[in-house]
Amino acid sequence: MMPFHCRRHEASSVTKSELIERVAEAAKLTKGRAELVVNTIFDSMVDAMKRGEGIEIRGFGSFTVRHYKAYEGRNPRTGAPVHVAPKRLPFFKVGKELRERVNGAQVAAPPPTPRKPTPARDQATGRQRTPRLREENLSEDVI
Amino acid sequence: MKMTKADIVERVCENVGGFSKKEAAELVDMVFNTMKDTLSTGEKIKISGFGNFVVRSKNPRPGRNPQTGEEIMIDARKVLTFKPSNVLKTILNS
Repeated sequence: MMPFHCRRHEASSVTKSELIERVAEAAKLTKGRAELVVNTIFDSMVDAMKRGEGIEIRGFGSFTVRHYKAYEGRNPRTGAPVHVAPKRLPFFKVGKELRERVNGAQVAAPPPTPRKPTPARDQATGRQRTPRLREENLSEDVI
Repeated sequence: MKMTKADIVERVCENVGGFSKKEAAELVDMVFNTMKDTLSTGEKIKISGFGNFVVRSKNPRPGRNPQTGEEIMIDARKVLTFKPSNVLKTILNS
């Protein structure tokens, strides 16, 4: 039994092994084969980022490696100054199709043709028009 | 240089024997589609050694069109975030 107070948004989660099971079922593969495929995919992505390369998966999103400079930080609890060394961090930007699906839009399939200009109905509300417009001008957003 | 799905398919072909290029491409598509379907239902995905993909709900908030200065309401929405695992962060900095 799960206690009521557990967590506010107890979203169920899927681990890599569950992902492997789903792929094995969908592709009619043995679990061992599916595991090899899934592991190879993530290994190759890690290797690319290790080389400093970005990764672009259409309809899903893109990964880039961001460089951060060294800075003087503070321990928020004690206030003691802390030196933070320069670092590289992976950054994920969700693709258009997945972003819309996650947000509950009915996206049957990724559009096969290049997009049409922003529909005129946006002009009525003006809602989020600017961010969308800006994004459409960046080629890397057509993911 | 940017890695694309074609590069991943190539790796799958090399690493996992017995698949044609076409089959490997279908499999890679299937993996990403499975992930997309999972995330679309609001479930999160945890890949050990890589990171977690989490769908977060955002509250509506007042915003502004930076071009015109016009005030607008930004609707409540769901966004996908990726939190890299410590393993991946360590690999990138070693």
